[in-house]
Amino acid sequence: MDTNSNKYTFIYSVVLVVVVATLLTIVAISLKPAQQKNIELEKKKNILASLNVESTPENVEGLYEKYISDNYTINTNGEKVENVEAFKIVLKDELKKSPADQHWPVYVAKTDDGSTKYIFALYGKGLWGPIWGYIAFNDDLDTIFGAYFDHKSETPGLGAEIATPKFQAQFVNKKIFNDKSEFVSVDVIKGGAGNNPYAVDAISGGTITSRGLRDMLKTCIGAYTKFIDEHKK
Amino acid sequence: MFSKKSLKLLTDPINKNNPITVQVLGVCSALAVTVKLEPAIVMALSVTFVTAMSNFVISLLRNTIPKRIRIIVQLVVVAALVIIVDQFLKAYVFDVSKQLSVFVGLIITNCIVMGRLEAFAMANKPIPSLIDGIGNGLGYGAILVIVAFFRELLGSGTILDIKVVPQALYDAGYMNNGLVILPPMALILVGIIIWVHRSKNKELIEN
Repeated sequence: MDTNSNKYTFIYSVVLVVVVATLLTIVAISLKPAQQKNIELEKKKNILASLNVESTPENVEGLYEKYISDNYTINTNGEKVENVEAFKIVLKDELKKSPADQHWPVYVAKTDDGSTKYIFALYGKGLWGPIWGYIAFNDDLDTIFGAYFDHKSETPGLGAEIATPKFQAQFVNKKIFNDKSEFVSVDVIKGGAGNNPYAVDAISGGTITSRGLRDMLKTCIGAYTKFIDEHKK
Repeated sequence: MFSKKSLKLLTDPINKNNPITVQVLGVCSALAVTVKLEPAIVMALSVTFVTAMSNFVISLLRNTIPKRIRIIVQLVVVAALVIIVDQFLKAYVFDVSKQLSVFVGLIITNCIVMGRLEAFAMANKPIPSLIDGIGNGLGYGAILVIVAFFRELLGSGTILDIKVVPQALYDAGYMNNGLVILPPMALILVGIIIWVHRSKNKELIEN
């Protein structure tokens, strides 16, 4: 048989592509549930991390059930939105909409000492790719209880430091409203933030990631301000 | 179990014809995924699977592949295998797949895979091709594991995430070397391995 004829080449490529496509479809569909599960667990793990609760893939489900007592969706007016599952919100897509149409998730947690914490979701841009995280507030909705950040591709040792516990620990007990009750968010500044209640130290060599983080906090917590006004104690 | 010839196919790429240190292929991913030992091992196994299976499949098809679309057919087979590996990693070792991120996808462009297909699988029977693929994958993996071992030990003070540098040493002022975590140090380590390798195998030294 002439393997160099046009007809043969054409039929060969069609058959090859169909066979490969079928094979890949079967693999993708049969592994999808397991992958979906992993992504869900990862998200729960991140939410718990903002409460300073460490979890492993094995115990994350149980811990999540234990601490997270409620979750719901709000809009930027601080009103609850029914029929939208908070856990399924993709912030990347929400941020593309106009503020009036955006949906934001709120997770409510009960800690071991019985106090209530509110967890908000964050999503923004770093230097090389997206950064995201969760931030937990005490029930005054002013003081930060804990924060968790992660990134897709920031530079190891520089921007990627935002994912380290050392950097995240700085946020604990910082405040987002100044004396006049104006929303100021938490700034990320160069040095000397130790006693400043509205700022943390930026990462040296990670300026753009630090700025991205600052903008992310401002934008995302900003979207929750109406909700905060109504719920703070 | 192995004849002399197939044993040579298996061991040659691990030593005298190593894809990284002798052919200097696949260096990019070797620099990127060797910060810790665990992702390096997973990467080594993934590449071994892909080189072995693609060699095998292409060798089976070698007499039927139309010459004009030879490279495209090879790419389709390699890409399909890589996607399968990627999907499996995402489903069963999620944490590691997160660390490896784009580098699993980039196995498609790993020169070792295409190099072996062109140089070996297109002209040899399926079983020898399979063995050649395994050998080259392992040769690549061996270097990855050696580099990752030193980088994790010196950079993080751990082996497979288990702490091996005693606390007493840290108390005495020892610090993990942050430089080892960065890619340039991996390049230097690969360089050192090539140096040692060549001084042991004089026939590898060019005039």
